[in-house]
Amino acid sequence: MRAMNEHAVSLRAPLISGGRTIAQVTEDVCAPMEGRPTALWWGAFLASFALLLLGVAAVSYQVATGIGTWGLNRTVGWAFDITNFVFWIGIGHAGTLISAILFLLRQRWRTSVNRAAEAMTIFAVLCAAIFPLIHMGRPWFAYWVFPLPNTRGSLWVNFRSPLLWDVFAISTYFTISAVFWYVGLLPDLATVRDRLKTGLRRRVFAFFSLGWNGSYRTWHHYESVYLLLAALGTPLVISVHSIVSFDFATSLIPGWHTTIFPPYFVAGAIFSGMAMVLTLMIIARTTMRLENYITVRHVDIMAKLVLTTGSLVGLAYATEFFIAAYSNNPYEQFVFINRAFGPFAWAYWTMVACNVITPQLFWFERVRTNLAAVFVLSLFVNVGMWFERFVIIVTSLHRDYLPSSWADYTPTSIEVATLIGSFGLFFTCFLLFCRFLPVIAIGEVKAVVAHDRHAKGGGQ
Amino acid sequence: MSRHVFLGIFEDEADIVAAAGESRARGFDIVDAFTPYAVHGLDRAMGLAPSWLPWACAALGAAGLAFATWFQFWTTARSWPINVGGRPWNSLPAFVPVMFELMVLSAGVGVVLTFLIARRLGPWRTPDIVDPRVTHDRFVLVLDAGASDPRVVRRLFADHRAVAFEERDMEGRP
Repeated sequence: MRAMNEHAVSLRAPLISGGRTIAQVTEDVCAPMEGRPTALWWGAFLASFALLLLGVAAVSYQVATGIGTWGLNRTVGWAFDITNFVFWIGIGHAGTLISAILFLLRQRWRTSVNRAAEAMTIFAVLCAAIFPLIHMGRPWFAYWVFPLPNTRGSLWVNFRSPLLWDVFAISTYFTISAVFWYVGLLPDLATVRDRLKTGLRRRVFAFFSLGWNGSYRTWHHYESVYLLLAALGTPLVISVHSIVSFDFATSLIPGWHTTIFPPYFVAGAIFSGMAMVLTLMIIARTTMRLENYITVRHVDIMAKLVLTTGSLVGLAYATEFFIAAYSNNPYEQFVFINRAFGPFAWAYWTMVACNVITPQLFWFERVRTNLAAVFVLSLFVNVGMWFERFVIIVTSLHRDYLPSSWADYTPTSIEVATLIGSFGLFFTCFLLFCRFLPVIAIGEVKAVVAHDRHAKGGGQ
Repeated sequence: MSRHVFLGIFEDEADIVAAAGESRARGFDIVDAFTPYAVHGLDRAMGLAPSWLPWACAALGAAGLAFATWFQFWTTARSWPINVGGRPWNSLPAFVPVMFELMVLSAGVGVVLTFLIARRLGPWRTPDIVDPRVTHDRFVLVLDAGASDPRVVRRLFADHRAVAFEERDMEGRP
């Protein structure tokens, strides 16, 4: 199997361009960490940090005052907050797809983007976790969601509730993603450590590289651990968004109570996450001079993945409408007519335009290999997928079974500031990561470079 | 316990794989190799047994699964039974998601900790670095000297384009 794959790879162009040697890989990846940050980096960092501060102010205000500062009402009990939660969790999924699923499928191109994509996963899950935390109203009691012994009996949490499944799914997902990322980072931390002579940075890298010395007996077990984590991460990522969709699917609200939700949510999550990976990779490639590592071929492959998952999402939209019509359930039918033509029709058609129509441009190779076009289209998908969650949540709630309880929903400035703040947190974390850690998996890329060279007959 | 060893330093993965293969065929005791990345095929050349960590991972996963099953049953049906929508006390299908998550959590975190302990990796550890460039671009093969003739080993390494040969005492390790 492996021999066959290697044969197939050797027939193609090298994954890493510019004829880099393994020594140059270390130099190229470490260069941005060792030089002074560029003006562009400072500009981006300060802008993100300002947004983060805005978010901190908004969150402090709503924690101090109460979540009455939101535009929710008795009918629309979930809106912006849960939209943001599902949006950020979805973003995280592409990181795990690249790091775990593509590893199992032996897609060697993933080595250039997996480190940054995994970092993106961690930061996205971090952003996501903030929203249910605030939604609790009294976040200092957040530990009550865990089954801890208490003085009430012990009174335990309700294991039959999908909201509790979510607690376990998200915390497991965050932990495993962080562990996977750190394990992948371990050899590279040692590489950076051995480049530094003295000083605080060396001590920090020495601490976190855990005494890694390149021993092949360690590498041998390490490969096994990495494969096991990938094998565990693959069903995990599918379970996480399925469980997120159970929050909706196990309720009786029209438009939510459908069996299509788990696969539909997983496809949507990977779709939105791949778009975010493209957004970040195109920025990283341009600002950090990584053109030899993140090549047009990488962008092309990821654009194809966006097209595939986007088409799956489009199919899910169509299926939902068909099933609503076919079910002959008047409530279900009403919800979908209301989505497309009701007060939130603008949000619905924004979603369709960004998620179904514009990604179709990726059928053309000229679009897929034009970085500016891919960048703009990836931003459209990010917007579209945020609106998808907004449409699912708000349109299903605002007009349910009882017309007497119908209500409208408008976000308050606090909700908008919290969303903006979460983007600030995400980009602040990502920029710090780009500055202080190797953004490309040095060890894995070296294996690909060596492989490319031998495939061309340069070695042996 | 220190060991008297021979070190061969190589610049290419193919050379160290071939050198390791020949050393093993000629009956030398391969102490270890040091490489900047996981070189494919070196495990076979060195004659390393497959890693036992998948077994540890399976056991840890099974333990996590068993714990989650028991704990949910105990809290919901024994310690404080709560009637939720008339479901049976032991509503097993509803426990499946948390069972799965705890299985993955325990298998994943557990196998990493097992790996770190087994390979004696941890914070505050001073790495024994055989050559400062093994995490950069050099490949080092370490053979136990035993009663071997250094000239024979030097020749063996040189046949595989080794760029340096060294004889030294190294702290004992697997």
